[in-house]
Formats: sequence, C-alpha cells, structure tokens
Amino acid sequence: MKNEIKFEDAFGKLENIVKKLEEGNLSLEESMKLFEEGINLSKVCALKLENAEKKVEILIKGENGSTLIKPFEKFINEETDE
Amino acid sequence: MVETQIYKVSELTKLIKENLETNFKTIWIEGEVSNLKIPSSGHIYFTLKDEFAQIQAVIFKTQRKLIRFDVKDGLSVIANGRITVYEARGVYQIIIDYIEPKGIGALQLAFEQLKAKLAGDGLFEEKFKKKLPFFPKKIGIVTSPTGAAIRDIIHVINRRFANLHILVYPVKVQGDEAAKEIANGIEELNKFDDIDVLIVGRGGGSIEDLWAFNEEIVARAIFASKIPVISAVGHEIDFTISDFVADVRAPTPSAAAELVISSKEEIQKDLHFLQSRLKETLLSKIKYLKKSVELIISMCKAYAPLKLIQKYYQKIDELTSRIDKKTHNLISGKKESFIIMYGKFLEHKPTHAISRYQEILGLIKNRFQSGMKSLIANYKKEYLKRFEILNFLNPYSQLGRGYCICQKSNDGSLVKYISQVKTGEKLSLTLKDGKISCEVD
Repeated sequence: MKNEIKFEDAFGKLENIVKKLEEGNLSLEESMKLFEEGINLSKVCALKLENAEKKVEILIKGENGSTLIKPFEKFINEETDE
Repeated sequence: MVETQIYKVSELTKLIKENLETNFKTIWIEGEVSNLKIPSSGHIYFTLKDEFAQIQAVIFKTQRKLIRFDVKDGLSVIANGRITVYEARGVYQIIIDYIEPKGIGALQLAFEQLKAKLAGDGLFEEKFKKKLPFFPKKIGIVTSPTGAAIRDIIHVINRRFANLHILVYPVKVQGDEAAKEIANGIEELNKFDDIDVLIVGRGGGSIEDLWAFNEEIVARAIFASKIPVISAVGHEIDFTISDFVADVRAPTPSAAAELVISSKEEIQKDLHFLQSRLKETLLSKIKYLKKSVELIISMCKAYAPLKLIQKYYQKIDELTSRIDKKTHNLISGKKESFIIMYGKFLEHKPTHAISRYQEILGLIKNRFQSGMKSLIANYKKEYLKRFEILNFLNPYSQLGRGYCICQKSNDGSLVKYISQVKTGEKLSLTLKDGKISCEVD
C-alpha cells in the first residue's frame, strides 16, 4: 500500500469531510469533489483496518543479548517437541 | 561445710548460653515492635515487648529478603526464632527467622503498605492514566508463554476473528525472578515504536502465585511505560498493585483481549457510519437538485411560450367580443332613445339637443375604445413579465453553472439514475457550449 497517510489522520479527515458535506453550503461541484475524496479516505481506512495482520509472535533473547522474533505457535511446538 | 561453687563470669555466661540456646531453639513469640533500627549493615534491630517485659530482637539481612512487608514500630507481630546469648555484653536476644503481622496475613500487610506508599507517590492518580489506543494494531503481552493468560487471549482472538498482531514477551509470572522479568519485559516492549498497547498479566492463582504483580518494581515499570498498559491478573476478584497503576484494569486476560478487540470494532462501526453519511448527504443533495430541476421543467411546460400566447389571444378575443357586444347594446339602446328623442325633436325641433346627444354618444364610444386598449396593454405587460421569468428558468440557461444533461448516445434518452447505464455504454453530456461523448467505466 503506497498510501502512507496515518489511519488516525485519514479518519479525522473523513470526519471533517462528512461534516462539511452535511452543512450543505456547497455547490454541487464542490460536494462531488469532497465526496470523491471522502470515499477514497474511507477506502484507505477500511483497508488499514482489515490489513492489520493476525499474527502471534514471541520475542526470544539470543545468547549475545540480541532479540529474535518468532511465530508463537512454532515456538510453543518447538518447546513441547524438545 | 558445703563447698560453694564459684563461677567465673565467662563460665556462668557459657552455661546460661548453652542452657538458653538448647532450650529455646525454635520458639514462637508474639509482641509489639518498638525501637526499630536498621543500620547500614541491613540487619533489623528492634525490641519486642508486651505490657510487662521486653526482649531484644534481630532479623539478619539474609532473612530480611524473605519478608514481604515492612517491619515498623507499633506493629503487633508473631515471630519464630531462637534465643542467643551475646557473651561479650551479657545480653540475650532473639534471632528471628520468620515474622508475620498479627491479625492479618503478611502478604495482606505488604500489599496495603505498598499500596499506601505508591498512592503517596501519586502512581495511581487519574491524571497519569493514558487512554487506550484509538485503533490498536500491535499488542505487546508480558506473560508466561505457557500460561493460561496467553492461551485465553489467543482463544478470544480466534473466536472473534480479530486480526491483531501480538508480540509475546515471555516471562516467569511467579517465583523469585518473576517481578524483575515482568518489569524488564515492560521496559523492553517500550522500545518497539509500533506497539500501541501492552497487556501485563497471568492466569488465576493463589495470592502467593500472583505476588509478582504486587511488587514495587513491576508497579514502577508499569508507571514508567510510555505505551498504555492493561493489567490483567488472575480472576475478576483478584486485585493487585499492578491493577491500580495500570492505565486500565481488565478483570481477566480474556477481558483484556475483548477490550482491545472491541475498541477496534468500535472504529469499524464509526467508519461504516461515516461512509453511509457521506453517501447519504451527496445522494440527498442530488435528489434535491433533481427535484428543483423537475420543478423548473414543469413550470416551463405550464408556461410554455406558445401556450401562453394562445391563452392570452383567447382572452383578448373574448374580451374584445364582450366589449363589442356591450358597445353594440349600448349604441342600439341609445339609438332607440335617439329615435324617440328625434320624434320629440321633430315635434319640438330643438336643434341644439341633437348636437348634445351626438356629443355624448361620441364620448361614450371613446371611453369604451380606450378602456379596451388599456386592458390589452395590461395583459401584454403581464405576458412580457412572465416571459422574462421563463427565460430565467429555462433549463438550458443552467448549463453554464456546472450542470449537464446526460443522454445515452444511442437513443438520446435522458440518464437520471446510475441503474440506467451499463459499463461501456456511450453517453453524451450536453454542456453550455457543446457536447461531450464519454463512456461509462
């Protein structure tokens, strides 16, 4: 996803656009423009919400103080295998 | 003479020492703490007393580590220890191995003491509570990787189909090392800048099992965390110091997961609401504009120029004929009276009367003619006014303001709804100065 606008910012912008539209003092042309922008923002927001991955990981400390991140399930399985 | 035994001081002291130390090897004693001193050596010295007596007591540094609460003056305690004699000074004292407050448990007291201390330091104050993130993306969990807490949390996430990114920081949650590991975990996870919320906790257990979460080091780490912390220790009924310091207390680890998920669902709901409002407002605006245009069109039809002109012509015709008829009637009436008059005139020959009646007749004719003229002129004026309004309302004159007429290219039919067109269909948009052909995509 190229669009690197922060979720919170996109959401806030979208809220503002809806407010502006609802106030209704805009020409059709302006309304259309805002609507288009709003739809794009709402798509970005929805995508960001859905794109959050379901991942469970575990942080493991290496011998030399380094940290490793491993999938949790795998870690548990390895533990029980040993 | 009975031989009197004379002891040397050291001999007697040695005997007393042996006697006391064998007879009072492990004893239980209760009393009130007073005169407490903790020198830099770290040993605790105090006097245990009751109403009538007192005894010196000491807790050595090595034992002190095992005591969870702070021994303080005025505290009633039950202690276990042994009596020793300090020969050099001829005093005896009790060396305490175990001590607990009388009445309430040691842990309970330790809990209350730490709670009071941290409250005094402001760690529980509402103003320091951080808000849970708006939309949690990555969650750090400090808990045992093999414990019930992480199992429960994963279970909730699976059941709720929540896509959350979880990073577990594995720690011991009970035992001597636990508190330090937990505090470390909180610190370490704070180094990740993409973690939005921390869950610190463990599954249920006895008060001893949960003890790490009552340790000051954990409380301080939670307080220092830049990331909001949800404390989730044991069951609903278990309250720990961590719960008081944390930004949010979840009654159980499962509840902590629910909390995080529902805040995400809340956002999702808000987003859907915003989306529908966005569509609704534009649609209602279009609907309103469409209605206005329809109104203008129907007005145009009602006042279509030709129809209007015809209407006025008809009216004019009608009026003309009515005026004619009236004039005719009047004239013919006057004619009759004229003839009568004329007869009278013939009888009396009043020549001046004839000319007077002729004058009157002319006046009447003039008045009717001018009346008719102004009526027609009035209607003409009205008509021109309406025509101007019409011209203003003409839909084609609106085209310059951003509206366009959308027609299908193949049959020229008007496109009013999205449902009328298919992808790929050619459309012709009429604007003020010409037409644009385009295609639906």
